[in-house]
Amino acid sequence: MYTHNQLQQIANELRIDIIKAISRAKSGHPGGSLSAIDILVYLFFNEIKRTKENALDPDRHRFVLSKGHGVPALYAILARIGLISYEELMNLRVLGSRTQGHPSYLDLPYVEASTGSLGQGLSVAIGMALTAKIDKKSYRVYCMTGDGETQEGQIWEAILSAPKFNLDNLCVILDYNKSQIDGFTKDVMDLEPLKAKLEAFKWNVLEIDGHNFAEIENAFNIAREANGKPTYIIAHTIKGKGVSFMEDNVEWHGKAPNEKETELALQELQKLLVKNG
Amino acid sequence: MGKSTRLAFGETIAQLGEVNSNIVVLDADLSKSTMSSLFAKKFPERFFEMGIQEANMIGVSAGLALSGKIAYACSFACFITGRYDTIRISVAYTKANVRIIGTHAGIGIGEDGTTQMGLEDVSLMRSLPNFSVCQPCDEIETRELIKYSVEHNGPMYIRLTRQNVDKIFDDNYKFKFGKGVQLTDGNDAVIFATGALVAEAFKASNILKEKGYSLRVVNIHTIKPIDKEIIIKSAKECKLIFTAEDHNIIGGLGSAVAEVLSENYPAKIIRIGLPDVFGESGTPEALYKKYGFDAESLASRIETQLKQS
Ligand SMILES: Cc1ncc(C[n+]2csc(CCOP(=O)(O)OP(=O)(O)O)c2C)c(N)n1
Repeated sequence: MYTHNQLQQIANELRIDIIKAISRAKSGHPGGSLSAIDILVYLFFNEIKRTKENALDPDRHRFVLSKGHGVPALYAILARIGLISYEELMNLRVLGSRTQGHPSYLDLPYVEASTGSLGQGLSVAIGMALTAKIDKKSYRVYCMTGDGETQEGQIWEAILSAPKFNLDNLCVILDYNKSQIDGFTKDVMDLEPLKAKLEAFKWNVLEIDGHNFAEIENAFNIAREANGKPTYIIAHTIKGKGVSFMEDNVEWHGKAPNEKETELALQELQKLLVKNG
Repeated sequence: MGKSTRLAFGETIAQLGEVNSNIVVLDADLSKSTMSSLFAKKFPERFFEMGIQEANMIGVSAGLALSGKIAYACSFACFITGRYDTIRISVAYTKANVRIIGTHAGIGIGEDGTTQMGLEDVSLMRSLPNFSVCQPCDEIETRELIKYSVEHNGPMYIRLTRQNVDKIFDDNYKFKFGKGVQLTDGNDAVIFATGALVAEAFKASNILKEKGYSLRVVNIHTIKPIDKEIIIKSAKECKLIFTAEDHNIIGGLGSAVAEVLSENYPAKIIRIGLPDVFGESGTPEALYKKYGFDAESLASRIETQLKQS
């Protein structure tokens, strides 16, 4: 187990990798990658404990990134674990690379599912959780969705169906950064009151600060104990977290920083490392 | 370089909003990409931001259309045509005056990769009864097509590019629904092209001219109903027949041309398109080169065939 300080340090280091990779690709989605990275770092290092050895083990815990555009965060983690090389991470979106602009399962099996058309990943995760039940396996299935993504009808079909199958081995994490492309989620198509809706749909619902490792840890612990019910973690996050000019700024949903902006972002992120380390 | 056809769409629909108050526009969290934002800014009361809900958007568009509006439902080509059954029943079967605007079509979108590329959309929409399928090649043709679409009766699918495309036409261009446009004279080969590949085919004809070959380029902006006359006539007059489209080779323009010829003037045709594969990430230029869609690749492919024939 990593300490929360260690995880914070790793997450901030990976923030640097994310910015570098998107900047080199000259395209990609920084906002939703930076909001998700703390949760993903906790998940991969302390919860599912992904390593090179267990990466394709049939009994491994599964993770589906339903908001596929956040994949730079996932590639950064895979590179850190050594499942892809640093060069591959930096070849994000380059012709012929396994690090496609959105997750491609056949190119890179470590991403578990092909995603990027929003609204589909949670259903796939349910299928994996059902398999664990049928096969009497103890692996758990985790799925991260976006708040904009949660407007999709298929997400609500999935939310309706998971409790029917008593999928207490399924855990959804909503990266609730409150914004999407056309604006703030509350203006585009409000989800609230979300907790009440999910409880009415018979889920075990938790609400946390998605940048606080103690709260993240606590939520995953509770999810593991949930009996008979799938767990939905509403993780409040900040889009673009860590780079002041990207934070809560809709403009940085899907745009690469230019050279100067990259330098500024990296300077800020470097400072976070020193403070923490 | 001219504008992208999505930008020409956004500008035109924003202008038309002034003259026709029945026009309504809907988008699914991509208004800044589809350029429907230009309409939204001018006519907020006739613009509906649906969030990331393409199926709901299509159903709502059908309802708007069935009660007297002309509805433009906008998103990326892949996401919007992906809500097929809703389109099939609520729009096609009902003959609702919905215009489905699919932007970011083809591998020309580049780095975002397969999940964001409309690669099978023409095939899907072409097989729906009552639907027309159009793909303009430049900004002028887009403007004229969008103007026409306000008057058209029945559902339409309009396919647009993310990337900028060369200007082919000037301001005097007259758009005729259902009619192909012959852009260059030639008898050595004919290439029926659509969308972004019209400009590439046009450039290819210049490359071939330098080498002493004459290539006839025919722009097919209306893929359904297709202009049988121009296809049969060109096939009869040219030695070799090609089709070119930034779309899967199955079900799109190439298939439509093959259907016409096999029934009327059986002839060998060579279809250029994505060879029944998904796309991938890369720069638009690198992808066009890899899949043989750029002018040089088109020209050399045609030249090779001409030498063999
Ligand atoms: C079905 C579908 N419609 C539209 C898109 C285009 N798109 C990509 S990201 C995005 C916004 C996503 O917002 P959210 O889920 O909140 O993600 P985050 O803010 O975490 O990046 C949209 C509309 C898509 N990928 N899939």
